[in-house]
Amino acid sequence: MSIVKRNSKLPAAAGALAALTTVPARADWSLLNMPKGVSELSRDIYDMHMIMLWICLAIAVVTFGAMIYAMIRFRKSRGAVADTKLLHNARLEAAWTIVPTIILIGMAIPSVDKLIKIEDMSGSKLTIKVTGYQWYWHYEYLGRGVSFYSRLARSSDLARQRGSGIDPNTVDNYLLEVDKPLVVPTGTKIRLLLTANDVIHAWWVPDFGMKRDAIPGFMNEMWVSVDADKPGTYRGKCAELCGADHGFMPIVVVAMPPAEFEAWLAQQELRQ
Amino acid sequence: MRPDEVTNMAHGNAAAGHGDHHRPPKGVMRWLTTTNHKDIGTMYLVFSLAMFLIGGVMALLIRAELFQPGLQLVDPGFYNQLTTVHALVMVFGAVMPATVGLANWMIPLQIGAADMALPRMNLFSFWLLFFAFVLLISTFFVPGGAPAAGWTLYPPLVLQTGNAFPMAIFAIHLMGASSIMGAINVIVTIVNMRAPGMTLLKMPLFSWSWLITAYLLIAVMPVFAGGVTMLLTDYYFHTSFFNAAGGGDPVLFQHVFWFFGHPEVYIMILPAFGIVSEIIPTFSRKPIFGYEAMVYAIASIAFLSFIVWAHHMFTVGMPLAGQLFFTLSTMLIAVPTGVKVFNWTTTMWRGSLSFEPPMLFALAFLFLFTIGGFSGLMLAIVPADFQYHDTYFVVAHFHYVLVPGAVFGIMAAVYYWLPKWTGHMYDMNIAKWHFWLTAIFVNVLFFPQHFLGLAGMQRRIPDYPTQFTDWNMVSSIGGFGFGLSQLLFVWLIIRCVKGGQRATAGVWDWPHGLEWTVPSPAPYHTFEKSPELH
Repeated sequence: MSIVKRNSKLPAAAGALAALTTVPARADWSLLNMPKGVSELSRDIYDMHMIMLWICLAIAVVTFGAMIYAMIRFRKSRGAVADTKLLHNARLEAAWTIVPTIILIGMAIPSVDKLIKIEDMSGSKLTIKVTGYQWYWHYEYLGRGVSFYSRLARSSDLARQRGSGIDPNTVDNYLLEVDKPLVVPTGTKIRLLLTANDVIHAWWVPDFGMKRDAIPGFMNEMWVSVDADKPGTYRGKCAELCGADHGFMPIVVVAMPPAEFEAWLAQQELRQ
Repeated sequence: MRPDEVTNMAHGNAAAGHGDHHRPPKGVMRWLTTTNHKDIGTMYLVFSLAMFLIGGVMALLIRAELFQPGLQLVDPGFYNQLTTVHALVMVFGAVMPATVGLANWMIPLQIGAADMALPRMNLFSFWLLFFAFVLLISTFFVPGGAPAAGWTLYPPLVLQTGNAFPMAIFAIHLMGASSIMGAINVIVTIVNMRAPGMTLLKMPLFSWSWLITAYLLIAVMPVFAGGVTMLLTDYYFHTSFFNAAGGGDPVLFQHVFWFFGHPEVYIMILPAFGIVSEIIPTFSRKPIFGYEAMVYAIASIAFLSFIVWAHHMFTVGMPLAGQLFFTLSTMLIAVPTGVKVFNWTTTMWRGSLSFEPPMLFALAFLFLFTIGGFSGLMLAIVPADFQYHDTYFVVAHFHYVLVPGAVFGIMAAVYYWLPKWTGHMYDMNIAKWHFWLTAIFVNVLFFPQHFLGLAGMQRRIPDYPTQFTDWNMVSSIGGFGFGLSQLLFVWLIIRCVKGGQRATAGVWDWPHGLEWTVPSPAPYHTFEKSPELH
């Protein structure tokens, strides 16, 4: 157990000042909101999120507006006199019970068909078993005889050691790089079977929209389908606290066109 | 038995327990042996403030580590110990004891009772709590360190805890026993010892909120105790409640935990609702709007809090019908909560508002708690929750409802009743400085965490990818600003206890309620004869 070893107050204060002055210059607005992602599910989820956000903002404008109006208009310092008779209003109270109920149920309805789609595993072309370990992942292409472990890349692992002297900003994809990424075909419905070997983990790639727990002794499932026109490298991390190195078990998925993927898989089969 | 008979009887008992009826013993013996509700209330409040500062230091260590990417100050394992114990200390050591302290002080004064109904149990529950935290905090110094599996104590991870494991479980048992005793005391006091004429629907809303909180406590603390006991037997006797290899299920613990954990959230916030319902009328100079609706709203929230627990665990893989049920039940909580927010706003409508420190904190509560409510609504929608779950968006959400929610409610209460407790007015300028610094920094601290979560930063990590650096820096600056501002609060309280302008019995411009009919400071014994209500 170790706490403060070196005096970090001065550099911290300087860094804070620097951060404050440079934020506008290098603001990246994609860092303020949920990513739209690269799959049908992630776009559905993004849409749900935005609908909720706008409804909440609209309600906020009305309620905060009323509060602010009351705080300005009914100040004692402006000579406001209390109307001590304003104690009940059955119609008003009924209205602000019933209207929100309707709005809330209205908010929940669009999630139903999206949920049904999320839970529908049928028609998948490929099944990959994902096993969480403390603190790395194991992937197995079921029926294809290919499986491998995927761990934090050496460059990140060196830099993240306390007192390493390596500036994380100089490491490519710091904490988001692995030694051997998961490879999937684009435009294909892929079923992931999730489990764990020791404690609960959670598999999450924000661009795919979904996360699901990997629980020891149980098999969870979810599906992923990367848009056919969006091959690329997508990164995520374990999302369920799983011990000391929970923050250091990234997920990297390389999505490639099906033909390329088949070639890659065949090559892996030969190697194993 | 009529209430006044009970009042007299309880009063007789309390008198018999005291060697000297009118003067408490001097020095440390007063605090070790007191059965006076005001002394015990004070001890709870001081204990809570101490825990708030200890938990706050842990939070500052966390924010210091997160100031920039890379590990600078702590190891990942110790970081997890910090987040775990920070949460346990703040929930069970700071927020809950503060509301119990307020209940001890104010419920007898609000309902015109001479003391709490069960004064010795009252003292016992305080000391149980005290030793529970001695035990919990001492786990930092045992081999393997403090518990590090998060305050939710999910197995199998929690079963990897070292020597701290039985100590933490026993500490939780003690806290639970203490809470249950406190809750029984509140219920017995309110049900039996109200002044004649104080019907339940005339009772002040703070007392009402606590009555309902007490029932929640009695309902769920035993569930939690059962859950952690099952962990204990899994650890020592290989019972496999939560071990799939032995026929158990790790997710079962999550169900048990959140069946306790969600009502627990309301155990922390309902007393704050009650406090705000006292303060907004006082400084609007008119009675609360929709009193009965306020009572029914608290009761509805309490009921709904029992049927929403699985919204904390949407990602464990549950049936479609389960996901839809917990989404809908969770969203319904917004209805009674909305009623409360609308009623508070309407209480200010056509009022005569002034902005003394208690009102400032109550208004900040109104705005910022509502923001926490909005993010709660968003989290309730299952497909979106698949993205939000276990990210900083959740961290931002629950800190908004707990810090500018519950904690601001408690601070508002302290500013509201401190002159009644000490007999002195506090320094209004320091109080206003404390308010503005706290209210600004709390947003600098927690608002950017919404962005971090949405952009993909998961919670409970000591280090992060470099694109999250900027908002983490902002958040850490807010954290240190918020933490240091609380020193003003401590200084103000110490000064107010020591002296200051004499407070009148009414203290405020438009006092309402029995607590303002007794002198300030409230005498050691109040309402030995039941007050007359008109």
